[in-house]
Amino acid sequence: MLPIAEIETVMVQPSLDSAFSDSRSPDTAPLLEFDQVGLEYPFEGTMRRIIQDVNLSIKPGEFVSFVGPSGCGKTSILRMVSGLNPAPIGEIRYRGKPITKPLNNVGIAFQNPVMLPWRNTINNVMLPLEIVQPYKREHKQKRAEHIRMAQDLLATVRLQDFQKQYPWQLSGGMRQRASLCRALIHQPEILLLDEPFGALDAFTREEMWSMLQALWMRVKCVAILITHDLREAVFLSDRVYVMSPRPSQIIYEEIINLPRPRNLEMELSDEFNHYFSSIRRHIHHN
Amino acid sequence: MAATKLDRFLKSKSAGFILPFVATIVLFVVWELAVILFKIPAFNLPAPSSIAQATINFAPQLLANSLRTLWTTLLGFVLAVGVGVILGFMIGYSRVAYLTLYPLLVAFNTIPKAAIVPLLAIWFGANAIPATVTAFLLAFFPIAVNVALGLDTVEPEMKDVLRSLGASQVETFQKVGWPHTLPYIFASLKIAASFAFIGAVISESVASNAGLGYLIVQATADFNVPLAFAALLLLAVMGVVLYTFFVFVEKKVIYWAR
Repeated sequence: MLPIAEIETVMVQPSLDSAFSDSRSPDTAPLLEFDQVGLEYPFEGTMRRIIQDVNLSIKPGEFVSFVGPSGCGKTSILRMVSGLNPAPIGEIRYRGKPITKPLNNVGIAFQNPVMLPWRNTINNVMLPLEIVQPYKREHKQKRAEHIRMAQDLLATVRLQDFQKQYPWQLSGGMRQRASLCRALIHQPEILLLDEPFGALDAFTREEMWSMLQALWMRVKCVAILITHDLREAVFLSDRVYVMSPRPSQIIYEEIINLPRPRNLEMELSDEFNHYFSSIRRHIHHN
Repeated sequence: MAATKLDRFLKSKSAGFILPFVATIVLFVVWELAVILFKIPAFNLPAPSSIAQATINFAPQLLANSLRTLWTTLLGFVLAVGVGVILGFMIGYSRVAYLTLYPLLVAFNTIPKAAIVPLLAIWFGANAIPATVTAFLLAFFPIAVNVALGLDTVEPEMKDVLRSLGASQVETFQKVGWPHTLPYIFASLKIAASFAFIGAVISESVASNAGLGYLIVQATADFNVPLAFAALLLLAVMGVVLYTFFVFVEKKVIYWAR
C-alpha cells in the first residue's frame, strides 16, 4: 500500500510553491470545447466513420477520462486535442480558438514511456525546459532552479534516488513515472495520457494512480486520460466518458464525486463500486 | 571453482586482448609446423618465419607502400563519411530524396567496383587517385544507409512528444535525431573502414604505381610469395588498428548505448 501521507508532505514543501507558483487566473470558462467532433478513415474504398458528434467542454483543472472498447478511436481524440492531428470534422477549441496545429503547452505520456537513452533520468525530465518558452530562454541562467523543479517532481514519484540513472537502469514503472514528470515539468495546461499504465502489472498500476494524482494536484492542469481500466478511470477522474463501438459516440457521462486526494482504500467503498458498476453497464463491445 | 575462474577471466578486460593474441600465435605455430611437416614449397605457402624474414628484408618497400595504401584509404574513407552522412540525411529526412536516390544508390552499389577501376585509370592515370576514389566508392554506401536507417527508426512517440512541445525541426534533430543516429553511424564506420581498405587495394592491384596492392601483384609476378604474404599481413594489421580505433571512439562517444 502506498504511503499517501508521505506524498502529501512532499507536496506542501515550501520550496515547491516558489518553483510552481501558479500565475494563471482561476477562470471558469471552458479551456477546451469539442464541437461536433468527428473522424473518418478511408477503408476499402469508402470513408468509414470512426468518431461522430462528440460535444463536450472541459474546464481548467478538470480530470477527464475516456473509456470504451478498443478500436473506438480514443487515441484519435488525444491526437486531435494535442493538435498533432487536428480534428477533420467539427472543431476542438482551446480558449475559444480552433486547434489546427500542435499546441505547445501540452504534456503527453504514452503507454510506451519513451525516454532518451543518452540522457539520465533528471536530464530526461528537464527536456521540455530546453524547448518550451519561457523556460528555454532562461535555461542557462536558471539551471539550478530548473534542476530543483525536476528533483521536486521526481521526489513526488519517489525517484529522488534515481536522478543519475540511465533509462536502461530503470524498471518499466520507474520509466513511466519519469515520463510523467517530463510531461508535467513545464507546467502544461493540458496533460494527455494515452493508456500510460497499460503495460504495467496490477500492483504497480495502483501505485502509479496515487502518484499521478499527486503530480496532477500540484500542477493543477486539465488531464485527459485514455484507458481500458475502469477502476483507474474512476479513481483518477472528475468525469468519465464512455464511448460506444464504431462509429464512436459518447453514450454515457459519469461525474465522480469522490473527495481528493483519493486513496486506494476508497476503491473498496460502496460509492466507488457504484461508480464502477454504472460505468461498466454502459460498455458495449464490438 | 575452475569454471568460476574462467568466467571471471572471460568477463575481464584483458581477455579481449589475450585471447586473440593467443589465437594468432597458435595459428602461426600450426602454420609453421604444417609447412615443415608437409614440405610445402615457399612459392605455394611460405612459413610464417620466411614471411617474417621477408618483412625484414623488404622493410623500406613495405613501409613506403603501406603508407601509400593507408593515406589513400583514409582520404577515400573521409570523403565517404562526408558524402555518406549527407546522403543518409537526405534519404532519411526527405521522401523525395528517398524515392529518387535510393534505387540509384542500390543499383550503383551492385556494380563490382573492380570493373570501374580500369575506367578510373583511364580518367586519372595510374596513380593515387583511382585508389582513393575506389576506397570512397566502396565505403560511402553502408554509411549512407545506416544514417538513413538511424533517422528513420526514431520512435514516433518521441517525435510526438517533441512536436507537442512545439519543437522546431532543428530542435528535434538536435535533441533526438542526431543522438539516435550516432550508434548507427559508428556501426557503419567500422564496416566502411574495412571496405575502404578493400577498395584501395583492389584499385592498386589493377592500376597503380604504388601501394600494398601494387606490391602484392609485383611480388607474385616475381614469385616472391613471402613478400606478398608480408604485405597481406600488414593490410590485416592496418584494418584491425583502424577498426579498434573506431570501437574506442564509439565507447567514448556513445557510452549510453546498450
